[in-house]
Amino acid sequence: MYVAVKGGEKAIDNAHAWLAEERRGDPQVPELSLAQIREQMALAVNRVMSEGSLYDPDLAALAIKQSRGDLIEAIFLIRAYRTTLPRFGATRPIETGEMRCERRVSATFKDLPGGQILGPTFDYTHRLLDFKLAAEGEAPQPAEEAEGSAGPVPHVTEFLNRDGLIESEARDEAVPPDLTRAPLELPANRALRLQSLTRGDEGFLLGLAYSTQRGYARNHAFVGELRIGAVAIEMDIPELGFAVEIGEITVTECETVNQFKGSKTEPPQFTRGYGLVFGQTERKAISMALVDRALRWRELGEENQGAPAQDEEFVLSHADNIQATGFLEHIKLPHYVDFQSELELIRKIRAEAEAYQAAQSKTPEAAE
Amino acid sequence: MTDYNFAYLDEQTKRMIRRAILKGMAIPGYQVPFASREMPMPYGWGTGGVQVSAAVLTPEDCFKVIDQGADDTTNAVSIRRFFEKTAGVAVTERTAEASVIQTRHRIPEEALREDQIIVYQVPIPEPLRFLEPRETETRKMHSLEEYGLMHVKLYEDIAQHGNIATAYAYPVKVEGRYVMDPSPIPKFDNPKLEMDAIQLFGAGREQRIYALPPHTKVVSLDFEDHPFDPSKADHPCAICGAEDSYLDEVITDDAGGRMFVCSDTDYCRGRVEAAAGAKAEDAA
Repeated sequence: MYVAVKGGEKAIDNAHAWLAEERRGDPQVPELSLAQIREQMALAVNRVMSEGSLYDPDLAALAIKQSRGDLIEAIFLIRAYRTTLPRFGATRPIETGEMRCERRVSATFKDLPGGQILGPTFDYTHRLLDFKLAAEGEAPQPAEEAEGSAGPVPHVTEFLNRDGLIESEARDEAVPPDLTRAPLELPANRALRLQSLTRGDEGFLLGLAYSTQRGYARNHAFVGELRIGAVAIEMDIPELGFAVEIGEITVTECETVNQFKGSKTEPPQFTRGYGLVFGQTERKAISMALVDRALRWRELGEENQGAPAQDEEFVLSHADNIQATGFLEHIKLPHYVDFQSELELIRKIRAEAEAYQAAQSKTPEAAE
Repeated sequence: MTDYNFAYLDEQTKRMIRRAILKGMAIPGYQVPFASREMPMPYGWGTGGVQVSAAVLTPEDCFKVIDQGADDTTNAVSIRRFFEKTAGVAVTERTAEASVIQTRHRIPEEALREDQIIVYQVPIPEPLRFLEPRETETRKMHSLEEYGLMHVKLYEDIAQHGNIATAYAYPVKVEGRYVMDPSPIPKFDNPKLEMDAIQLFGAGREQRIYALPPHTKVVSLDFEDHPFDPSKADHPCAICGAEDSYLDEVITDDAGGRMFVCSDTDYCRGRVEAAAGAKAEDAA
């Protein structure tokens, strides 16, 4: 008679088996290889790496395959794997000025040293479904490439900085805190905020950044520069006494030039927002820069408008999609003990209220 | 599973968690921040409890997991399997046999002993959270022992409903100092919070650990004229006849039929077995 919660063990096994079957889909259709995902779903791979906080395209491809294309689930798989890895040390800060740019655009200057490089962008494509792709045709012709400018490509903000038109970024030699090794404590410094934003949910940051553009803590952002490309990763090896290049990663960097700010002692200057994300992840990097700028209101002596994007505690506590999705979805778990206690309570309160009403309705009759 | 350390977490992480636990034991009811890790199950599924269990388990332990009082609810099964796989510890469904018990939403009916540890899964560790959403503010309120807001809330409940309208996660005051969330246990379980065993509370997503050492004084908040009332369904268990245990209401048909049965399945089974044993003895 009483079978409601029995059989949990068997149900789990069967559910897992069914999931595996669904993941594979129709076995007549060839299985996806990790290389196919890595090469042809590269932007999904990039998102999983950035929000998973682990730069490894092969593992990200595996996670996407395992999660049936649910990217938040894939990010979760990567996070859970990442947390088991030992931490050997920290690399030197990457030098994005030395980036081998495959894309570099500035919205503030028509031309500039290093040039504008459009790169592999959707920006000027017409969003028309390309039915030729459905036919699984041959590989596209290689694109003609302009002579790439070898060597360092200076940052746009440096040109402005030379004339004092933009705030100087204060040099901070302090070791930045590590969000994955210490609990988030508020208020956070900027390094910690940026760390939280770069692994935050793309959709959440996009929405917040958009809200600043629509007037909730508007900060008049120009994309001073957006660059995507490979940078070298160098690590100091104590035994050798010098730094060694241990690899290369692709990152997207966005620097915004924002509304200026002056004071009695300082003439007006432009201010900055900053975004840096693993892989080719433009939307996220721009969003991050806008949100970073909005969060700096206190430091820049701006007014608190009470806008969501200005609220550090609100933004940082809710940006992580793994935390968010876990807590959101956990309400699927049984809560019948708690619900039962609410049932008892509401029955008790209703019984009291009904008794009271019954007594009230009798009183006038008694008076008659 | 040779790729992972005993009980999944690496020793450095366990040490960090044990430090937080010790600090929590030293300041009963105080929420200690800790660097919670991503676990291979989602936040909200008991990652805080799992990390605490991983940090306290030893190879000799015997582990029990309950969710809603039962050992065979899906999430309890999943967590028990996780530790069978990653720690290879013995597992049990019997409360008396377990040295470490991880629980979600219940305290076992059977009194726990000094040599046992109970680990609670906590979703929102902050009892003041729904009165004040900001962590920076609630931490200040705790440090100043500023709990007026909570009493106002309880008072307003009485003014509005004639009762305190909190049926689970009912706030308690620990050793006359910290107001603490006992996790979403029904208030029926609150009196059991004063016990012989060590009680550890883990909130993974919120990165907090807190603790109650054995015999800590734990008082459910109330008013003199509205004393705390640990109520339950006014029925005996339909299976074992217990009148002192917390009951689940099970809907049996679509015509309003229902039955009430023990939420603590081990307690219920124990009573049924004892009754059968007594009957067999009588027959003999």
